[in-house]
Amino acid sequence: MQTIISSEILTSLVPGESAIIVAIQTDDALRQRLLALGFRVGKRVELIRKASFSGPLQVRIGTTDILLRRNEAAKIAVEKS
Amino acid sequence: MKRVALLGMPNTGKSTLFNRMTGGAARVGNWPGITVELLSGKILFGGDMVELIDLPGIYDIHGFSEDEQVVRHFLHGNVPDLALIVLNATQIERQLSLLLQLKQYNLNMVVLLNMADEAKKFGITIDTKKMSAALGIPIFLLSAKYGNGYQEALQAVTKALRYNTPGMAEELRSQLEQEVHIESEMARVLQHAVQVPARLPDNLTTQLDHLMLHPWLGLPIFFGIMYLLFQGIFFFGQPLQIGVGDLFNWLREVAFAPLVASLPALLQGLLLDGIYNGVATVAAFAPIIVLFFLFMAIVEDTGYLSRAAFLMDALMARLGLDGRSFVMLLMGFGCNVPALMGTRVMRSRPLRLLSMLVIPFSLCSARLQVFVFIAAALFAPRAAALVVFSLYLFSFAAAILTALIFKRHFPNSEPFVLELPPYRFPTLRQMVLRGWHEVYHFIHRASKFIIIGVVFVWLLTHLPTSAVPAGPDTWAGHIGAWLKPLFEPIGITAELTIALIFGFVAKEIVIGSLAVIYGLSGQALSGALALQLDWVQAYSFMLFTLIYTPCLSTIATLRSESKNNGFMLLSLGWSLALAWVVSFVFYQGARALGY
Ligand SMILES: Nc1nc2c(ncn2[C@@H]2O[C@H](COP(=O)(O)OP(=O)(O)OP(=O)(O)O)[C@@H](O)[C@H]2O)c(=O)[nH]1
Ligand SMILES: [Mg+2]
Repeated sequence: MQTIISSEILTSLVPGESAIIVAIQTDDALRQRLLALGFRVGKRVELIRKASFSGPLQVRIGTTDILLRRNEAAKIAVEKS
Repeated sequence: MKRVALLGMPNTGKSTLFNRMTGGAARVGNWPGITVELLSGKILFGGDMVELIDLPGIYDIHGFSEDEQVVRHFLHGNVPDLALIVLNATQIERQLSLLLQLKQYNLNMVVLLNMADEAKKFGITIDTKKMSAALGIPIFLLSAKYGNGYQEALQAVTKALRYNTPGMAEELRSQLEQEVHIESEMARVLQHAVQVPARLPDNLTTQLDHLMLHPWLGLPIFFGIMYLLFQGIFFFGQPLQIGVGDLFNWLREVAFAPLVASLPALLQGLLLDGIYNGVATVAAFAPIIVLFFLFMAIVEDTGYLSRAAFLMDALMARLGLDGRSFVMLLMGFGCNVPALMGTRVMRSRPLRLLSMLVIPFSLCSARLQVFVFIAAALFAPRAAALVVFSLYLFSFAAAILTALIFKRHFPNSEPFVLELPPYRFPTLRQMVLRGWHEVYHFIHRASKFIIIGVVFVWLLTHLPTSAVPAGPDTWAGHIGAWLKPLFEPIGITAELTIALIFGFVAKEIVIGSLAVIYGLSGQALSGALALQLDWVQAYSFMLFTLIYTPCLSTIATLRSESKNNGFMLLSLGWSLALAWVVSFVFYQGARALGY
């Protein structure tokens, strides 16, 4: 087994911090959508901001900004470098 | 006739390109999922008439939301002679995946990398020659909005229509079905042809978002913007509406009255007090409509809608909805019909239905006309604008209450993932096109069922001929008397009841009907209303008008989009009941407080 000790989930980043995506653990439909939006293993993702009242996150991958709920973000494992 | 289809991810500029190519007026907006239906237009290509088809955007070829189904259906039903694949050049790194998936279909294609202007600004360079060689497809960089590179692309399209691009070997195609192959293929194509700076320059969008999406200021700014927009519409639009109304009155006296003077009295009445007064009163709202949709076009094109989704998603989640439902509520301010259709981007049926249940409460531009007129007639100018704004708040409140009550019956766990496009601003051409398009629609409606509506109202209020016009002995009077037990407790008079019945068909008819019932138009009608109603009655009437039902087209759309009669009846029954209860509580409450 590989060491996944250092991996965290996307929601644990703080605004301005970035990390590398190591796994996307969602159902197929959401996974397809995330792939199309640029979420791929090995890509760098930056957390831009979090909405108040536990609202969605704004993240940036390459040149695309994406909003996603914390629920969904929790299914994306990242590794801080 | 040859068919050319526009394919690509949402918000890449397909409809903008469609408009440029056909001179058409497809709706454009900086929001993924503006187009949810097929739209076709005809153009001349090298001497041949060709059908161009604008399609909804798709993220991948596996998607199953309603708008994506439209595309799958189209591709399976009839393969186009040429597919124009529109990709956003600034996001080529990820959008390439769709192109590779589409390659499996062995379509004859030309790739158009749109938004060349933004790519340049972001410092992204794309070597289309290298890329084209790596993919074996013609590729062009252009800006559909500003026109750079458009002519070259057009020539390539003409050529591609004549000579098919050779198909791919079967094994290559089946390989592309696998995600890993697509990934390595993407890397291969991008490697030499595309250069993206490691960090985007800190641009206007980033700076604006600091403010617009600020944790504490974001929501107040949102409501502030809304408030200013509606104040603006009222402030600039209402005097224009009065001016145009006066103009129509003047025309009546100098031109139309003399024209029909020789006709029998009854026919004269029908033509002048019926059709002319009714239609003129409605038509006087054209300037407000133009103004409203100009503002709407600007808001839609800036990309602020996605920001609103970000700000409101937390609240919407608690209502069983999501940020996109809120954006559809905002779009409903223009017209409920496209907003209902816009819910096609949602995959979960319960979420879609719940959204469709709340959208009809969105205060559309037709209802705005009624409120502008009544508020201006019964309230002081300063208060009138506030009254209209308060109705927008009621509109939200009705939607929120509905969602709270019904969310248990429409449970869903649809993920909320949305792209946030950069801020953009519409060109003058885009704004004029939109404004013109909406006025055309408005006049189209006015000339059709508004005329029919006012004729009916005139007949009801003038027959039998023995009765005093609009009096208790006319047919309208009988209907009013019959419905009195229902409407008296909410302060709505017999005249207003008749207007409400016709308002069921379309809200534009409400003011037109009142013009016919009172035999007055424009300012004279305002005066008559002010004499007969007090502000409590007027506000109760406006609340009822806001909530009771949008219009027949909305009801028909509810039915066609939900494919379920029961759902349509639920929506209708609930809004009627809610309207009555809200008006009742308001009217009796205000009276009890001594107003
Ligand atoms: N800067 C820039 N903006 C563009 C260009 N082409 C389109 N836009 C803008 O991009 C946004 C989306 O344009 P649409 O034509 O509605 O995109 P679409 O592909 O039809 O979108 P959907 O119908 O939602 O799939 C609008 O704000 C356009 O004004 C371009 O070449 N440059
Ligand atoms: Mg479109």
